[in-house]
Amino acid sequence: MTDATSAEVPKAAHHGSLLIETDHMKRRNSAEKRFKMYGLLAIGIGVFALAMLLISILYNGLSAFTQTVITVDVSLTEEQFNDAESSMLKTGKYKAIVQSALEAKLAERGLDGQIDIGEAMGLMSDDANADLRRAALKTSNWPLERTFTFLANGRIDGYYKGRVTMASAELDSKISPEQLQLADRLKEAGVLERKFNFGFFTRPDASPTRPEAAGLGVAMLGSLYMMLVVLFLALPIGVAASIYLEEFAPKNWFSDLIEVNISNLAAVPSIVFGILGLAIFINFAGLPQSAPIVGGLVLTLMTLPTIIIATRASLKSVPPSIRSAALGLGASKMQSVFHHVLPLAAPGILTGTIIGLAQALGETAPLLLIGMVALVQNYPAIPPEGFFDPATALPVQVYFWTTRSDPAFFERASGAIIVLLIFLLFMNAMAIFLRRRFERRW
Amino acid sequence: MPVLWILLIILVLSVAGYVIGRQRAIQVSPDGARGLHSLPNYYGWNVVLATAVPSLLVMAVWLIVSPIMIDGRVSDLIPDDAIAEGTTRSLVMEDVRRLAAGFEVAISEGKLTEDQAANIRTDFTNVRARLGEIGFALGSEPSQAVVNAAQQYRASASSSRIWMTILVLGLAAAGFGYAYSRTKPEFRARNVVETGVLALLILASTIAILTTLGIVLSMIFETINFFQAYDWRRFLLGTEWSPSFSGRGGGSELGILPLLWGTLYISVIALLVSVPIGLYAAIYMSEYASNRFRSIAKPLLEILAGIPTIVYGLFALITVGPLLRDYFAEPLGLGNSSSSVLTAGLVMGVMLIPFVSSLSDDIINAVPQAMRDGSFGLGATHSETIRKVVIPAALPGIVGAVLLAASRAIGETMIVVMGAGAAAAQWADGKFINPFEAMTTVTVKIVSQLTGDTDFGSPETLVAFALGLTLFVFTLGLNVLALYIVRKYREQYE
Repeated sequence: MTDATSAEVPKAAHHGSLLIETDHMKRRNSAEKRFKMYGLLAIGIGVFALAMLLISILYNGLSAFTQTVITVDVSLTEEQFNDAESSMLKTGKYKAIVQSALEAKLAERGLDGQIDIGEAMGLMSDDANADLRRAALKTSNWPLERTFTFLANGRIDGYYKGRVTMASAELDSKISPEQLQLADRLKEAGVLERKFNFGFFTRPDASPTRPEAAGLGVAMLGSLYMMLVVLFLALPIGVAASIYLEEFAPKNWFSDLIEVNISNLAAVPSIVFGILGLAIFINFAGLPQSAPIVGGLVLTLMTLPTIIIATRASLKSVPPSIRSAALGLGASKMQSVFHHVLPLAAPGILTGTIIGLAQALGETAPLLLIGMVALVQNYPAIPPEGFFDPATALPVQVYFWTTRSDPAFFERASGAIIVLLIFLLFMNAMAIFLRRRFERRW
Repeated sequence: MPVLWILLIILVLSVAGYVIGRQRAIQVSPDGARGLHSLPNYYGWNVVLATAVPSLLVMAVWLIVSPIMIDGRVSDLIPDDAIAEGTTRSLVMEDVRRLAAGFEVAISEGKLTEDQAANIRTDFTNVRARLGEIGFALGSEPSQAVVNAAQQYRASASSSRIWMTILVLGLAAAGFGYAYSRTKPEFRARNVVETGVLALLILASTIAILTTLGIVLSMIFETINFFQAYDWRRFLLGTEWSPSFSGRGGGSELGILPLLWGTLYISVIALLVSVPIGLYAAIYMSEYASNRFRSIAKPLLEILAGIPTIVYGLFALITVGPLLRDYFAEPLGLGNSSSSVLTAGLVMGVMLIPFVSSLSDDIINAVPQAMRDGSFGLGATHSETIRKVVIPAALPGIVGAVLLAASRAIGETMIVVMGAGAAAAQWADGKFINPFEAMTTVTVKIVSQLTGDTDFGSPETLVAFALGLTLFVFTLGLNVLALYIVRKYREQYE
């Protein structure tokens, strides 16, 4: 930009060239650079936040996938089993059996006499007795002789994950520094080791005092049930509603009313759907609390707008010539839609449905209100009865664990988030794949 | 008969109907499929629709309406003197339903016979102990009136079930027969089926209206209940939030203002973070970035939008909160709480970045290229063009995007539940200004008042519905306004 046109300009300006930067131009150019930097910085902050988020979750959660276990060989006779089962203090009887097994193991490693067995039993999770009992109830092959990998106490597990230190054990009533040293000796002897934590995927939630035994089994099953309900309700209803609105609806107040409602529902805060679920499905219709069916219904209503919007977009993208051709060959309007338009729109509908399901899978707030925050230790039955059994869901389980005081549950919660994110990644990758593979550009 | 069985029978009838209807159409036509008005399949579908649709609709309505009617009838049977001081009819009905469920379990376990359950009397049997044997816990020994009501309840429920089975299966069979008898060559099966399908499509699309209606009605009803127990002026203008947990309304202060303040404060911080970052990111992406850069950066930012809010909540709880407390709040002497306004606001801001940026991106792209070219032609630099031409032109759309983001921030739940704390704003000592102070929001209180043991007779529980309605009205208003602005702006350039 030159100032040549202005008569008032000082003479010096006339010698100005575009190739020589004046002070004014310098300022403008550096403003330009600064502006560009701000933009880059903004994107940088966004990406940095994403990285921080993922690193924080991985850093806190990856250790949930390994677990400290104590390996012992148990032999249990049928008499011992019957004796324990008929006793009032079942736990005590099983604990004695676990203890003798641990004693035998220590003797085998040449550690007998040096170690106080009571202290050593303190390293074991309280869940060990229950594990043994579960195995004994299932078996029919007496005597039961098997190598068990019992869970170590949550504090011992925390010691090897850096959560518990000698100093913190000093103040802890549940563990002592001597026991931590003992654990180190057992580790050297190969009795105690850190293994991949299969229990995290299969076990149900555990009581707040036993973080080592808490798993995602029930939560994953509950989430799966809810996704099934959402898929079987939201997909047909959403597709039917979209077909009507896109292909058949006349332009009148009724269609407008539906349109307005759908766009508003897409923007209603999710917690409001929870209030709806509580008031209508539980209080009014009398469906049970904590049941996957209620969660599924609430999530269906939430997902419907997403699916409808995606389906309408993909119906719209099918060119009118296809419809005209079908009509021209004598098909009815309904036939042209169901035989030609819908199959061509199917990949887009599928993609939208998967994205809607992914959204529903991560949704937490409405599920809190319908009683999903509960300690559920029994697996729900196989559907359809299972839809009415109490269950939790993955994101709700995360929330529930964070409300507990033992820091070991924070590790579990982060681990559960990793599992959730892997599911979401998988679903979104599938949606992208389907779109790339099948979507047609006209 | 269990509902599942009825469904299975209807399914089998429908499948049979399709096959038989189709077959019949071909048989009755003098020259096979050629002589029919419609394709043979339509005659089959006609039978399916007539069999399944009316019967399933009646069953759905019955399943919804009959429990309400039975409840009403049984609750009228409970004499007034059976309702003890301090409880209500609805609480007694709760016991009745629970006892009826207990009988059901006892019978299925074989501990009671049908007759015993129907004639059990409190003077002779200890009902509570009897049900306790099968692991069914009752709160207290039920009174004879409750036992009678429970027996009546079971009787009504089972007779209702029988009537429903008869009616539904009868309807299915009648529909089948009717459609079958109409199967003739000149019958316009396709037209009938298509009308039926269209009706189903319309039914599906009304679900959106029903949902909105359900949301509004359920909240309005409970809110009216709440305002009967609690003065609406004290709710809307009250400056204190301290629900009592023991009594029924006594001593509770349920003013919404502290909660609204917390909500607005956190939302403003979230917008202060997300709007500049999102806007600058959108400007860079649409005006400066090369295609390669765009194809990497845009999906990365959009990942932020796909992450569930519980993940952000956990991030606030275990990382951002402690970080802010240890490096800012404590050294500055501004507090020692890891959950704070700033924690929730910052994390929510991050969550909203992709929301603001993708909306603004669309809007900036919609500004006609001719306006940019004109500005360049007059010698403006790129950033001057953006600041003086593109942004002013896109301003209404950007305002709309910010309003949509604000409505998201106000309705967001998990981040504030996990990051903002549970204490309501304190007006004393200017604590409500301190961003390192824990402060609760409307959504947090909805969650905390409706989880755990809830008693739908007390204002402490019902207040959640009034809060929900407030939230709904707020977000709806913002959305309508935002959509109006965006639409108006779009029309300007189209």
